[in-house]
Amino acid sequence: MIMDKNCVIKTENLQKEYRLGVIGSGTLRRDLQSWYAKKRGKPDPNTRIGAEAHEKGDTFLALDGLDIEIFRGERVGIIGANGAGKSTFLKLLSRITAPTGGNIAYRGRIASMLEVGTGFHGELTGRENIYLNGAILGMKRSEVDSKIDDIIAFSECEQFIDTPVKRYSSGMFVKLAFAVASHLDAEIMIMDEVLAVGDMKFQRKCIAKMRELAIDENRTVLYVSHNMSTIQELCSRCIVLEHGKKVFDGDVDEAIKLYLGGENDNFTSYEYVDDKYKEPVKRNDVCLKKVKLSGRTSNVYIGDEPLNLELEWENLADIPSLSFRLEVLDARRNPVTSFVIEDFYSGKKGERASRRFSINISQLANGAFRTRYVFYNRKSDDAPFEDIENAAGLAVRKRTEDNHKRRWARSWGSVYLGDIKLVDE
Amino acid sequence: MVNDNITYISHKNKLFNVNFKELWEYRDLILLFVKRNLTTSYKQTVLGPVWILINPLLSTVVFTVIFGVIAGISTDGIPQFLFYMSGNVLWNFFSSCLNKGSSTFISNSHIFGKVYFPRLCTPIAEMIYHFINYLIQTSVYVALVIFYAVTGANVHPNLLILLTPVLIFQTALLGMGTGLIISSVTTKYRDLSILVSFGVSLWMYITPVVYPVSQIPDFLRPLMLLNPVAPILEAYRCAFMGCGAFYWVYWLISLAVTAVIVMIGIVVFNKVEKNFIDTV
Repeated sequence: MIMDKNCVIKTENLQKEYRLGVIGSGTLRRDLQSWYAKKRGKPDPNTRIGAEAHEKGDTFLALDGLDIEIFRGERVGIIGANGAGKSTFLKLLSRITAPTGGNIAYRGRIASMLEVGTGFHGELTGRENIYLNGAILGMKRSEVDSKIDDIIAFSECEQFIDTPVKRYSSGMFVKLAFAVASHLDAEIMIMDEVLAVGDMKFQRKCIAKMRELAIDENRTVLYVSHNMSTIQELCSRCIVLEHGKKVFDGDVDEAIKLYLGGENDNFTSYEYVDDKYKEPVKRNDVCLKKVKLSGRTSNVYIGDEPLNLELEWENLADIPSLSFRLEVLDARRNPVTSFVIEDFYSGKKGERASRRFSINISQLANGAFRTRYVFYNRKSDDAPFEDIENAAGLAVRKRTEDNHKRRWARSWGSVYLGDIKLVDE
Repeated sequence: MVNDNITYISHKNKLFNVNFKELWEYRDLILLFVKRNLTTSYKQTVLGPVWILINPLLSTVVFTVIFGVIAGISTDGIPQFLFYMSGNVLWNFFSSCLNKGSSTFISNSHIFGKVYFPRLCTPIAEMIYHFINYLIQTSVYVALVIFYAVTGANVHPNLLILLTPVLIFQTALLGMGTGLIISSVTTKYRDLSILVSFGVSLWMYITPVVYPVSQIPDFLRPLMLLNPVAPILEAYRCAFMGCGAFYWVYWLISLAVTAVIVMIGIVVFNKVEKNFIDTV
């Protein structure tokens, strides 16, 4: 296998097959049966009828022909639903299990943190465990010797370093373990959601440390997580896996959008029929039928363009008063803001109605937003709102007319509320 | 310091593929495993490492009472306590190597499932750990031998003692090799791990631990000596106490058997270590 000079990890047609079903019960007998039958040249009694020659029982391809090239200094996030093959991929890379097909080549050492504190022994002190864990991860004693002070300082456990780790809190345990792992001299670091356990402050510290390692020392980082915000914070590239195959490789935001069930730019209307992706608002009184961004061919809004929304619904009961809310969420489904109109409609059972709304979204910052449609009933001022059901709405993308006119980074927030006015002294 | 070595992982397996260089690079890990075992095995016990001595001494007392006093089995004129002690110490070493080797995969699966290092590190570390225990027990044994020899009992240490390092090494390899084979098979078929403890105690009775070879009927003796542990144990006793005989032909056979078992053990271990985590 030929590797580019800057390539640190390369896989070719990587496959991993697992046998389904129970392993270990009765297999000795069956294995012997199969072996004996094969020896006598008879057909294997344990093959399924009609199965291919190599097939025996049910198998499952956790990885199905993965070709990935990763270059020095990249911080690669790997995302995908459960069972997409993320962890299997990391396991193959860290040589915990061998592939059933294809090849892997990597340059340098791999430090894998599929779990923090692997091999920690409760009876040993923090210091002894640093040496043991370091050695398990592939460090020499002399390397640990030269780094032990940094490790202890990073772990924030100076006070307890000579106490057996069985007395540690789980947070301290994780901190100590991560401190060891992050001081490895490995060229490639592999992490499987290990940061999920520490407290927020420590998580940030770890991510900063990983970034620093990747940028300043040109290490390569591979990170698997379901937490999109840490992926966004840490990674420079993102790979999306689905059913053991690579479905996307590239920009982090694009990848996250795809993974979170990304929308298409030119969806400008939905017909709410029975479709698992577009579940309608179906309350006991209102059923949303159709929604449309009036007069548009794309959902990208530039500058001060208002959002003109057209809704069509059916009354399933008499409606004395109807209110509507458009909830705006960011790509990670965190609420950004809502637009509300109250008591705008009343109608009889069985009627079909449609209304147009104009919504001023000029204060939304640049970015992609999800929306949700919520109908609700404000019976009286102090009565609680009736149960709300909401429908997934059309996505809205916001751009400024001129990218140079106003700079706005995502980390500044999702809503632009206006400029600062200078008041004279 | 950039390490530019390229590692290749392929789905194809070579039959005999032990990376001794890599194993050597992980020597610190092996030593730390040994240290971990030493420091943790008797934590929170009152007597601590003294247990390393109490165990064989107690079982030697039991053997002496049951087989020596009650059953009255001959010990070729050797003081009974010393005779049973020699068998016990060596057999303990052998059986611990075998037991630990045989549970390599199952008892370490939590580590093996999370991080890579040469898997052979763990059985080697266990071997060294038990060797240290053995040395401690042997020092008491040697003191006893000297005591009996000086007080004029029928104990005659001789030059065969020079062979004991080889005998010990062979014992360790034989135990570990057998253990590795069992360990490789138990990842898939757990039944065998249950059989092991039973099998080891049976094995002890067909090995001259509680009786001397001279007590075996003539027609059975060649068969008994084909048991690879038997000639080792007999030579070991012969060296320290000058009893029995050194069956060197059988010992050479035993050496050959050891070599074969170790080879098979490593080959099977190699094959299994790649994927055992999927089945364990």
